[in-house]
Amino acid sequence: MKHWQPAGTVYGCLLNFQREWDLWAPRMAQDPHKGPPRAPVLYVKSANTFNPGGSLLLQDGVKEVDIGATLGLVMGTDGMPDSVVLLNDWSVPHESYYRPPVKFRCRDGYLGCGSPAVPWASLDLPSLSIMVQLNGQKVQTVHLSDLVRPVERLLADVGEFMSLQAGDVLMLGTDVLANGQRPRAHAGDTVCLTVPGFAPWVQTVQGEAL
Amino acid sequence: MKHARIAWSGAIQLAIESDGQLLITQGPHQGLRVDFDEVVWLPPLVPVPQPRTVIALGLNYADHAKELAFKAPEEPLAFMKGEASLIGHQAFTKRPADVKYMHYECELAVVIGRTARRVKKADAYDFVGGYTVANDYAIRDYLENWYRPNLRVKNRDTCTPIGPWLVDAADVPNPMALKLQTTVNGQVTQSGNTADMVFDVPTLIEYFSSFMTLKPGDLILTGTPDGIVNVNPGDVVVTEIEGIGALINTLVKA
Repeated sequence: MKHWQPAGTVYGCLLNFQREWDLWAPRMAQDPHKGPPRAPVLYVKSANTFNPGGSLLLQDGVKEVDIGATLGLVMGTDGMPDSVVLLNDWSVPHESYYRPPVKFRCRDGYLGCGSPAVPWASLDLPSLSIMVQLNGQKVQTVHLSDLVRPVERLLADVGEFMSLQAGDVLMLGTDVLANGQRPRAHAGDTVCLTVPGFAPWVQTVQGEAL
Repeated sequence: MKHARIAWSGAIQLAIESDGQLLITQGPHQGLRVDFDEVVWLPPLVPVPQPRTVIALGLNYADHAKELAFKAPEEPLAFMKGEASLIGHQAFTKRPADVKYMHYECELAVVIGRTARRVKKADAYDFVGGYTVANDYAIRDYLENWYRPNLRVKNRDTCTPIGPWLVDAADVPNPMALKLQTTVNGQVTQSGNTADMVFDVPTLIEYFSSFMTLKPGDLILTGTPDGIVNVNPGDVVVTEIEGIGALINTLVKA
């Protein structure tokens, strides 16, 4: 299990941290959204994003990426999580949440996923936080107690419209900084995610060779 | 050749269409012929080593874009689905009791045949393995303007019938000139032609492969033309594409 990789479909959850929800709230009723989301807003990380390697290669004109420190629930056969993984859900920064984010989130290598899974039963998720370091400096602390939909509620609300299969991964969301943005990385940066009880997850961002 | 994946005699079988029957091509029953109505039809896709990427297009026919009161998009409007939403031919799709507007979408589905990255339009057909028919159901009651169309509309269990056949690309000389048609209980409700796609198959392959690697077995559902209507439990919906197949699905109460 040195290089963990998802066996099933990986889903991400938008706007699941209270800080980002609150920052968005005054604009949620405006066009084009016309109201806050009622159901969980999910997206898929396709298999081409799975990246258990030590680097993220910026390609095809991308110059910077959002760091998306998150935990993913790895589903068991009974509709409940079997284990939890530490992931970096990389994305191209995008201001608009109106249209699906395929070209922002589904680029090759945009799911850093090599840290081994940790058994679900051994964890108290709300007590955990993810420390994000950029080149050795702490840039963000993500508290799992700050979820808009905590795990049980998220599983229930997702389960209302789709079944998670054994091996599927449901990521709990990524938080923003006080300015509403996620911490960003550029070519040459090293990003380290640490959570007590998990192996740290380190990747270096590389620019494309000319 | 038209390939099917079926459950028969207690196991999954691979078969091809042969004189109006299924000819089993592998395993202990190789060479045996079975009738269409003797089998359970599965999505005509062989398993892949990693989770299958399923891309779907919105507003990819000019007339459908107009019907939905949007102008045609300047770049493909794409969203992703999980493989778990796929079901086979002659299966049942669940319609929640409390919704007002659930509709089918007859779509040409492209199955990737070779690993594709930074493919040019002119070469794109070399990367197609074959074609099948998908019915990409939507429940408009659940539409929300956040990553729209949102997964609650588009990634529901049982809501993506696909099949019955995977038709080899070599047997589809011009995939951009195929008639599409949907009937509900025998009445034609949707008819169109793949010639009217806003972004044609080569353009889509060039677009997606410009930022992501497509693997053999990955799917692109290419959108649907004008003519969507509400369907109800008990309705039999047949989505058909000329030369590819007629995909039958029955709505049931959730």
